[in-house]
Amino acid sequence: MDKNDFLELANTDVKKCMKCGKCSARCPSFDEMDIKPHQFVSYLAEGKIDKLLVSKSIWTCLSCLACVERCPRGVAPQSVIEAIRDTVTRKAGANGLSAEDIPPILDDDVPQQLLVAAYRKYNK
Amino acid sequence: MQRIGVFICWCGSNIAATVDVEKVSEVIKQEKGVVFATNYQYMCSENGQQIIKNAIKEYNLTGIVIGSCSPRMHEATFRKAAQAAGLNPYMVEVANIREHCSWIHKDRAEATEKAIILVRTAIAKVLLNTPLAEGESPVTKRALVIGGGIAGIQTALDIAEAGFEVDIVEKNATIGGRMAQIDKTFPTLDCSACILTPKMVDCAQNEKIDILSYSEIESVQGFVGNFTVTIRKKARYVDENKCTGCKVCMQYCPSKKGLNEFNMNMNTRTAIYIPFAQAIPNVAVIDPEQCIKLKTGKCGVCKLKCSAGAINYDMKDEFIERKYGAIVVATGFKPIDLDNFNEYAYKDSKDVITSLELERLMNAAGPTNGVLLRPSDNAHPKDITFIQCVGSRDVSGCGKPYCSKICCMYTAKHAMLIREKYPDTRVHVFYIDVRTPGKNYDEFYRRAVEQYDVDYIKGMVGKVFPMANGKLLVQGSNLLDNEQIFIESDLVVLATAIEPEPSVRKIATLLATSIDTNNFLTEAHPKLRPVESPTAGIYLAGVCQGPRDIPETVSMASACAAKVIGLLVKDKLKTNPCIALTNENMCNGCSQCANVCAYGAISYIEKEFRLGGGKTEVRRVSYVNPAVCQGCGACTVTCPSGAIDLKGFSSKQIMSEVETICKK
Repeated sequence: MDKNDFLELANTDVKKCMKCGKCSARCPSFDEMDIKPHQFVSYLAEGKIDKLLVSKSIWTCLSCLACVERCPRGVAPQSVIEAIRDTVTRKAGANGLSAEDIPPILDDDVPQQLLVAAYRKYNK
Repeated sequence: MQRIGVFICWCGSNIAATVDVEKVSEVIKQEKGVVFATNYQYMCSENGQQIIKNAIKEYNLTGIVIGSCSPRMHEATFRKAAQAAGLNPYMVEVANIREHCSWIHKDRAEATEKAIILVRTAIAKVLLNTPLAEGESPVTKRALVIGGGIAGIQTALDIAEAGFEVDIVEKNATIGGRMAQIDKTFPTLDCSACILTPKMVDCAQNEKIDILSYSEIESVQGFVGNFTVTIRKKARYVDENKCTGCKVCMQYCPSKKGLNEFNMNMNTRTAIYIPFAQAIPNVAVIDPEQCIKLKTGKCGVCKLKCSAGAINYDMKDEFIERKYGAIVVATGFKPIDLDNFNEYAYKDSKDVITSLELERLMNAAGPTNGVLLRPSDNAHPKDITFIQCVGSRDVSGCGKPYCSKICCMYTAKHAMLIREKYPDTRVHVFYIDVRTPGKNYDEFYRRAVEQYDVDYIKGMVGKVFPMANGKLLVQGSNLLDNEQIFIESDLVVLATAIEPEPSVRKIATLLATSIDTNNFLTEAHPKLRPVESPTAGIYLAGVCQGPRDIPETVSMASACAAKVIGLLVKDKLKTNPCIALTNENMCNGCSQCANVCAYGAISYIEKEFRLGGGKTEVRRVSYVNPAVCQGCGACTVTCPSGAIDLKGFSSKQIMSEVETICKK
């Protein structure tokens, strides 16, 4: 996945950021973050995806949306964090499910939809 | 038979690089009616114009077509050249082969073909042109200035200096505007009132200037040179001619709880009041919302105490009608409401104030007599935090998308003044960018940092918490250190965005002039005509047109005055002959044209027509007032019977152009 994939996934216009830092100013998890909310926006804009993918911040972000609420430019830093978190989550289960794994776990109680969703998520 | 000359301009390489000008003039030579065609490097140059003049004389031309830039650029130039050679200037057509052709095409063959079509189209039109003569309208030698702040004051003084009469209409009880509220001015730190009030006095003493205070514009009719304006003089309940400004009434008025608008509502005033000591006119006014006599009928103390007999509780709004040649809008600004910014606790704590409120707190005539005391408990603040860009540069919908321009400088000013007067105070400024373009401006800001030790923090405040100990906890980011910081403050000052005074919307409608999405009035050209509105005879001074500081506002005001004087010195104005004309024989009297006319130029008259055989009939037909019509053409497309036509742009001419374009 490249920068454009993440821009699409985050669905927020990082170029609108005027680097005021209001997102980080109110973040309740600021001290627990190695990469701060405003940096998520600028790192994505600069294409430094690798750094974001190993950030601990994605696990300390509370998704309280204070950053989104406060941003004067209509940027959503939390959406960037979420895009990274989702990606990491899916990658963690990489090849966790192959086609052969499915028949043994099939039974009448498992909804078809669940299998389709799981396959989509974990077979990357 | 028309004899047309065609002149194709190269515009250096602007046109010639993309359009084969030689081919265009060769092909056009074959067109019906064309007796002469040529091309030249710069048609607008002295030499180019001479080519046109010579050809008109030599070939006895009856009409000419110039293939060049947009007619907005040089139509006037070519019309003048034609007129000098004895050709009616309205027998000139410009085919725009630059903006509409060479600049937007890359392929030379295509662009050349299109240029030929455009020139042919202009020829088709000029073949149907008729010579037109400009009309004349008189100029009323008096100007109106709407708004009595520094912009209006400066404009009025400059216009009066040139010997013309000028009226200032001010909605408040005194002129002076926002500048009267400000304590010191950047970058020189001179006292605002000290430099403003002499100008206010000059206005009052100038016999050419009439100050209509406590008045508003009610209606506007007419056009450049000939405006008729109705002004509402609001009931002041005090006779301006009798009141001496002695203020005895204010000492005795029992209703003392009105909020003092001049001090940004930070203290109270009596129901009868003079806004501030140097008010012009120095005449009291009664607030009808607050006056006990006007509300209940019982009281009348001020009337009893007034030795001049100036109080009149029965006063009614008065309407004055005056004529003007030019109107200057100088309606100014207000700080935005902070309802959308709960994070700064402006509504929750008295100690969170706006910068304009701080101006009053620092001012010797303010609620604290110039001693900086925090509003909640009148204690001396020791830690003061400034927050910049509150509501400016905000595209989230909470604030304004633009930079308010003045905040960086006044915040530096406030920070410096406080550090100078109270050296034991710690001053912090949260900034996103410090924007200080201007003469001695950046030096001024750097003095705050370097000399006065003001703590500038690159970052924004996320939240202001009122604490139990009465202090304010300011939580913000320090981006340079990549830290989140907390500052315990006694006072928080918000550099609040400014917006145009809301009443400007109504005024723009009355003046039929345009306004943008932020309620700023639109200028005729952002670079080359910045003080003129697109509506002729209307000029713009100060923040009504865009954010600006005092020096810029004063420059703009003087520029407006120069424009107004340039208009008022003329005895007559030339009017555009391209206006609507009714064919009375075709008019069915339906009134649709009158309904769509934005300028009120169309009325209906009863007219007697001969029917033949000695019989007559009286019919109702449309009449266009040539002095008022602006030639917009709305009536011509509305008329169901095709009875109304625009001179110089008749339906026949336009259809002929369309046909030429469509012809292969």
